[in-house]
Order: sequence, then C-alpha cells, then structure tokens
Amino acid sequence: MRRNKRKTEKGWECHFTEEEMAKQQPYAYWLNAVEKLGNTGKLRLLESFGSPEEIYCAKKESLSYLLTEEQLLALEKSRNKSMPEDYYKLSEQGIAFYPFYHPRYPGRLLHIPDRPFGLYAKGGLPEDTKRSIAIVGARSCSEYGHYLAESFGGQLAAAGVQIVSGLAKGIDGVAQAAAIRAGGSSFAVLGCGVDVCYPASHKNLYEQILESGGILSTHPPKTPPLAFHFPPRNRIISGLSDAVLVIEAKQKSGTLITVDMALEQGREVYVVPGRITDRLSDGCNSLLLQGAGAALSPAQLLQELEDNVWRGQSMMHTECVREVPFFNKRIDLNEEEQALLKLLDFYPISLDQIRLMMLSEKRLQSLSLPQTMEMLLNLSLKGCIKREGGCYALSEPI
Amino acid sequence: MFSSMYAGGIVGLEAYPVRVEVDISRGLPGFELVGSLGREIKEARERVQIALKNAGMSLPVARIIVNLSPANIRKEGTGYDLAIAAGLLSCMGVVEPDSLQKTAFLGELALDGAVSRVNGVLPIALALQKEGIRYLVVPMENVGEGAEIPGISLVGVTNMAEFINYLQVCGEERKNIIEKQKRRRKKQTTPEIQEHLDFADIYGQESAKRASEVAAAGFHHLLLAGPPGAGKTMIASRIPGILPPLTKQERLEVAGIYSIAGKLAGRDELQKERPFVAPHHTISPQALAGGGRLPRPGMISFSHRGILFLDEMPEFSPETLEVLRQPMEEKVVRVIRSRGSCTYPADFMLIGAMNPCPCGYYPDRNRCNCSETEIHRYLGRISGPILDRIDMVAEVSAVQLKEFHQSKKGESSAAIRKRVMEARKRQQIRFKGSSYHFNGELPGREVMRYCELGSEESHFLEQVFEAGQMSLRAYHKVIKLARTIADLEGEEHISVAHLSEAVCYNSGRQQFWS
Repeated sequence: MRRNKRKTEKGWECHFTEEEMAKQQPYAYWLNAVEKLGNTGKLRLLESFGSPEEIYCAKKESLSYLLTEEQLLALEKSRNKSMPEDYYKLSEQGIAFYPFYHPRYPGRLLHIPDRPFGLYAKGGLPEDTKRSIAIVGARSCSEYGHYLAESFGGQLAAAGVQIVSGLAKGIDGVAQAAAIRAGGSSFAVLGCGVDVCYPASHKNLYEQILESGGILSTHPPKTPPLAFHFPPRNRIISGLSDAVLVIEAKQKSGTLITVDMALEQGREVYVVPGRITDRLSDGCNSLLLQGAGAALSPAQLLQELEDNVWRGQSMMHTECVREVPFFNKRIDLNEEEQALLKLLDFYPISLDQIRLMMLSEKRLQSLSLPQTMEMLLNLSLKGCIKREGGCYALSEPI
Repeated sequence: MFSSMYAGGIVGLEAYPVRVEVDISRGLPGFELVGSLGREIKEARERVQIALKNAGMSLPVARIIVNLSPANIRKEGTGYDLAIAAGLLSCMGVVEPDSLQKTAFLGELALDGAVSRVNGVLPIALALQKEGIRYLVVPMENVGEGAEIPGISLVGVTNMAEFINYLQVCGEERKNIIEKQKRRRKKQTTPEIQEHLDFADIYGQESAKRASEVAAAGFHHLLLAGPPGAGKTMIASRIPGILPPLTKQERLEVAGIYSIAGKLAGRDELQKERPFVAPHHTISPQALAGGGRLPRPGMISFSHRGILFLDEMPEFSPETLEVLRQPMEEKVVRVIRSRGSCTYPADFMLIGAMNPCPCGYYPDRNRCNCSETEIHRYLGRISGPILDRIDMVAEVSAVQLKEFHQSKKGESSAAIRKRVMEARKRQQIRFKGSSYHFNGELPGREVMRYCELGSEESHFLEQVFEAGQMSLRAYHKVIKLARTIADLEGEEHISVAHLSEAVCYNSGRQQFWS
C-alpha cells in the first residue's frame, strides 16, 4: 500500500493510507473551515493531535494549550453533528477539497510561504507536470492591454501552458477566455467560494473554465467576495505558476501585490512594456526599472522561460514551443483603408481627431466625413478596429 | 339698465368666449359678481370701482350685478376687469351701447386706472374671432400678440382715460387709432436680426455638426455624449438655427402656449425661430410635463415645435425622464387633475447631453478612473424605453488646441438650414396624404413601407448585424436614419454609404449601453 509522505516543517508526516485519508476528509474539511485559526494554527493542531479527526474529538482542555480563547470559541462553535454530511454534499456539487497532505494538492503550492492548509476546487486542478503561467493586470484595461492579454493568453495556452488568473474583469478575464478559445486550459483562483461567480458578468467564462480547467479557492463554498480576501488569493495565483506575466498595471494596483508575492515565492516576473505616458503602464514600466523581465511576444517569453526556468528537463512536458506569429498581416484592405489604419492607435481617438490627422495625409485628404464613417465601419466589420465610448482604436497591431 | 360685453377665458390651452353681463337696477345698493369665479375675479369689484372713480366716474348708488357666462365653467385670471368696466360704462350711459358691437375686452385695471398686461390674449383672440368679434381691446403690452390673426383688430390701451376715449369716439376715429398703432408698431419692429447663435462660431466638431444636421433634417431625437467642456451645450443651442423657421400655423400654435403662460407680452410680433427650452436637471416631473391644481403647461409644451434640451441627462431624476415617454410617442401630453384634464401639445425634438461616465473622460483611461460598474450605473439612469425613442447618439470630443488653430471657420447655420429645408421638402412629398411629416416620426412597422432597401443594402445590414455592430431593435432606426441621410444628399435610393453613416450614429448607443 502506497503511503503519502508529505511532511510539515516541524516534522508532522502524513502517513495516511488512501482509506484513512478518505476517512479523514470530512474532518479536514471541517478543520479548514474553522474561523480565526489561520494556516499556522491549523498546522499546530495537526502536529499535536496527529489527524483532523483527533482534533475534532479533542477535549476542550487539551485544546486550550494551543489556542487563544477566541480561537477555542470559534472551534467549539463550528463543531456540529451534520459535519460529515456537509462534506458529502460538497462532492455532490462537484466541489472537491484537498488538504495540503493530499496527493492531489498542487505541488507548486507546497513550498510557498504561508501555504494554504486546504484548497477547494471545482473542475480540475493545475497539473504539476505541465507548465503554468499567471497572467494578471488591470481591471479597466485599455484596448492595448486587451489585445495583449488576448494574444499572450491564447498563444501561451496553444503552446500547452496552463493559464492561471483571477477571473477578474479586464486583463484576467480576457487572457483566460483567450486561453480557452485556443483550446488550452485555464485556472481561476477566486477571492470567494468556488461556487460563487464573481464578477457575475463572467458567468459564461466561469462555466467555460470549469470545462477546460478549474476554479480554485481557499475559502469555503458560499463565501462572498470580500475586499480583504483578494490580496491573499493573489499569492495562490503566483504560487500556482512558474512565472507571472503582468499586462498593464497602474502605479498602485492589486496586480503589484501579486508581483510581490511572486518574488517572495521565487517566481519569475515578466512585464509587457507600455508607453511612459500611459498611466495604465506606469506599474509595468516601474517593474521593468526594478529589474523584471520584459515580455515582447509570446514566443520570446516562452523561450526565456525555457532557458531560465524550465530548462527542458525540470518539467517532463516534451511538447516543443510552437513558433506562433504575433502580428497578423491584413491583406484584404485597400490602400485608403491601410492609410487610415496607420493613423489609428491602440488608444482610442475620436472621429474628429482622425479627421484632423487625415488632413495631412495625401490619400485621405479629399474624403468627406460620411465617407470616413463608412470606411471606419467597414474596418470594424473586418475586425481591424473597435469603437469604444465614441472613439476608435485598433484591435490588433498593423 | 343691462348690457353685455365679450371677454374670454382659458381652460388648459383652449380659449372660450365669455359674456360679461352687467345689470344696474334699483334696490339695496351693492356690487356683486357671480358666475363661478376665482378669487382674483371677485376682487375685480374693488379694482374696477376705484379705477372708474379715479377716472372721474363714480358708480351709481344702485344694485349692481355682474355675471360671467357661461356660469358653469370655473374662471380664473384678471383679464375680465376691462370688460366689467366697459359694461358698467355702457349701463351708466357714458358709452353708446350700440357702438360696442363686435368688440371684446381683455385687461387688468390698476387702482389709478392703468391697464396692465394679461395672459392668453392670443388664443382668446382666435376664439373670439371665430365668434364674430372684430375688435379686441387689450393692454398696450399685449397688442403684438394679435398681429398675425386675420379678421380681428387689436386695440391697445394704457389707461382708463385712453380706454374711455376709444369707447366714446365714432367708428372713423377708432379706425384711425388702430391704424396709428399699427404704424407705430411697424416702425418699432426692426427687421429680424439673425441674432440666434451660428454654427460658424464652432471650431472643429465636424462630426457633431453633421449629426445635428441629420437630426434636424429628419426630426430625430439626438443624444450628445462627450467629456465636460467639449461643447455639447454650444452645439445644442445652435440647432434651432438650422431648423426651418416656424410656419404661420406653427407660429400661432407656439405663440398660443407662450401667451397663456404670459411669456409673450411686450413683444411686437410672433417668434419665428423655433423654441429652445433647456430645463435644469433638478426639474420635477410636473414642471416638465405640466400639472398643478389647475393644470398648466410644462416645459415640454413650451418646447412644442422646437427643441427640448436636457443637459446632463443622467442627472435628471428617473421619474422626470420617464414622463417623456408618452409625449415622445403621441406628441401630446395629457395632464389629469381633480379639477379637470388637459391635453397640451408636445411635439418636440429631444436633444440630450451627457458625459460618458461619472468623471466625464471615458474612454481616455489616463484621465478616467471610473470602474465599469460605476459607468453602468451612471448610464443606466437613462432607461431603456427612453433610449429606444432616441434615434441617434453622437459623440462630441474635446477640441484640441491644434484643431482650434487649424480648422477654418465652420459652415454658417444659414447654409446648413438650406440643406435641411431641402431634405424636409422631400419628406413632405413622401408623406403626402399620411399623418407623418418627418422620417423621425415613423414607427417601426411603417419604416419598410416608406424606406425601401435594395438587396445589396439589405445584405449589408445583415452583415453589420452579424458582426454585432447593431442590435435587432436598432434595425428600423438605422433605416429611418439612412433615409434622412439620403434625403439630405438628395438621393432617391438608400445606399450602403447612407446605411453605414446611420449605423455609426446608432452604434453609439451600443457602445455606451451594451
């Protein structure tokens, strides 16, 4: 019989057989949901009592050594008779719970500081043997960030990389959606219960992620998304990945928390540079200044990671990096349209500004306003540009 | 002695003739007014009595009864003073009763005998003219209101002495007085200075100007979106200048409403420009639609045949905005109160202005910090049903200094108006014999009847729809708009170019409210 050997720092060693493990699961699940204990508190109990079941059955007197009064009260309160049923109800909803000593608990998380005691998962878990990159960034991203998130997310996923992110609006969601579209797998770490879709507008994406990857959280099911849940969840995002890629971040942003966590965990940080005049790139550019790696294209990023992190052997994955074209050349446009596209940018420009720029462009000078509008509509029908808030922006580079 | 004089009253926007009957007979001395009267009419007793006394004429010591007929309609206002005075003078034998045939009176008396202005002269004059009245004596300030009504002459008086003088002179002399007044008015009226604001004053803003032109040509409701200081108000306030001037019939309609509200007095002729009404966003639903214990017209009726401009539209309370739904559909507003119901005309062109987000700078992410939820909440204050009635959303972008220097002076309003009028002429021909006047009025089910599309054009719209650039609800709106654009260009058929432009105006809604 195989024994699962996973140690704690202080020497608690998991020696459960599979059978014992299954028996312990409801108690571990209970222990994880006890409030006020914290990861260290739970570990301390485990080290003293040996197994979650022992903790559950422990007398108050024997517990009072190890816990503060407050913690003791919370623990007493959470003991209830229906506890095993609660656990089994969980698995009916397709939610699994993995304590850190569980063989399926993601290996990458085992060695991060303040490792979570347990992890809830709906859908699958990221595989330890596969490469994994976190893509994070601003929620209110620009068209530039949108495009980059889409191409990095899609192309990295197509190269077999698991994309980890936070299901948030903006960069996170775009990158994950692109990864799924590219046929890859993506994992979302939430700041709420795994059965809560936050933001609610990402319901579709949530369902898609369930199919091709998984939703993870350290919070028990039904936990609402509270602001203070988010910084700690960022450490799980970086913890589950080999490297963190930042696309668009303001000077003060949650993304930078993820970066700090990643550095603490020894993960590589890569940043997509932006223009120094864009506030949404300030965070990225100052990370570059501090020595973060620059990600200039998915292929370059993969190559760098191959050289520095994966080194071919560390991950058993043998699939070679596919060379993917970063920029699509548009050939279905006429000369005027090409010229008009050249005036546009990733940053939205109003119609009047476009008209002004057209004045100094020979091929476009003579066009009337209605003609310009017709051309712009045509270009957006062809998917070259996007309209946002009354302004026009490129949707991909030319 | 008995005499009867004509005056007029107003219910809602309807005027009706009122007969002021005066009887002086022997009996216990007294002076009474009857006929379902408001307070201010009851007080006419003191005003008339003292004004007559101060003009040197004391009322006889006798029983005086004044009745305002029809006695079943509640009467309000101060316009009956002059008719009561005339009736008294006639009974007292100061004035020859026969000389007052076909003459009616409107005006308020002050104690010193001065005649001050009253509201509603124009519609009352119209109603009295139908009744066969040929002369209407009014306060001098109100005399301009009747300038355009055929078949009735308005005589202005400033005080009791002038009034009695007019009543006492013979027919020839009266005509002289009227002629003299007409001549004096003509001299005062300077030829219409085009004082309205001109589009030529606006630098840049080419796209918003074009949108205004299209909206004006087809009477499409328009929403202008843009950052603060971009010039949304400036553009909106110039749109009356490119709309065709009011026709004679419309002038009377508009002036009637303003007359009742007392906003016409002192003007020597009727307004030719279309009204431009811009209520502040704190306005109550009642003030916008009309209301009150005794119903009075609201702001939307004052914008009848003109423009209702709602600046900072999302700041209006939702209840206030919802009030617009029925008038935008039916072009009238029904106000029902315990004291009666009224129907006021409300055929206006709605122009809204708004910022694209609470801070105003979206989509410039360098300046705008609003979250998506904040933006949604802000824009959501304009409800779906109201948005559905707005055909066009145009973006107004802030003018750059560079643009300000580079661009030449814009086209003048007069030039734009010329094109708008051409487009309207085409619409008149198209809608001959139907109840519609403009493309903007067409309901969805009628669009296909009046706006035919070729197969290439239909195919194009399908493409646009499939690309997600247009919602199905917008389908008819886009065609309507394209029709107006084609009318502006003088084209018989709607082309793909027209449709493209229309889609651009329409897709604004989708970008903001997706």
